[in-house]
Amino acid sequence: MNLAEIRDILNATVITDAAALLNSIESVYCADLMSDVLSFSLAKCLLITGLTNAQVIRTAEMAAINMIVFIQGKRPAVQTIRLAEEKNIPLLVTDLSMFDACGRLYEKGLRSQSTSVGRAPIVDCHEGYV
Amino acid sequence: MGNCEDGFFFLTGKDFTNAGTASSNLKAVLERLGIAQDIIRRAAIAAFEAEMNVVIYAVAGMMKYRVTDTEVCVTIQDMGPGIPNIELAMTEGYSTAPDHIRAMGFGSGMGLPNIRKSADNLSVNSVVGEGTTLEFVIQIKDCH
Repeated sequence: MNLAEIRDILNATVITDAAALLNSIESVYCADLMSDVLSFSLAKCLLITGLTNAQVIRTAEMAAINMIVFIQGKRPAVQTIRLAEEKNIPLLVTDLSMFDACGRLYEKGLRSQSTSVGRAPIVDCHEGYV
Repeated sequence: MGNCEDGFFFLTGKDFTNAGTASSNLKAVLERLGIAQDIIRRAAIAAFEAEMNVVIYAVAGMMKYRVTDTEVCVTIQDMGPGIPNIELAMTEGYSTAPDHIRAMGFGSGMGLPNIRKSADNLSVNSVVGEGTTLEFVIQIKDCH
């Protein structure tokens, strides 16, 4: 699924430059704990999170995450957006809650594992400390 | 590749603005050397967890790396409080991180377990009051 499709499903706004519009994702991971992201996410996935600090971008960079969606209208600082652009990671903001964002993507067939595997586990969702 | 490449990056405690820069630089080195993506991802994740530990707990530290045809070896040395019980620190979920670190998404007690999970070999030596030296190795098979 590509960025434009994700944007439309989540009624989201793309807040980075369009350089990485071609990035596509096959799975979704959802967490506010970055160590969970580093431990359990798959490469080339979409990360849904409520955290907006620079460590989210660094985490995505290390874990080879292709796209990040911030929920509940949370916008990162300009420096964080610039870092994401530098790392070619598109950022989106949706007003949806984490639950609703996950639900919409699940409804469209996305899973926490690759859809090509044919399994249908729930979208991982771990509550954080914020 | 045919040659060995090594280098190092300095780490500064409590500098959360630049936290992750060393791991990002290491990742760029591995990409330049043409290392396979899955190896790069494992090395970057382990390095980043170790770097965050230094930034969170220590005054300063250093990340050294050595890449050969057969392995990526990364050593992170810090001047920090040390780890009194390494076995306990290796336990998933065990953490001594304060709330402001947890609010940044870290300090959930997954750092060392993540490094162990990502690496083929991990050694941790620590002296309380002096610091910690962590070394991990990731084997490069016939993948580049």
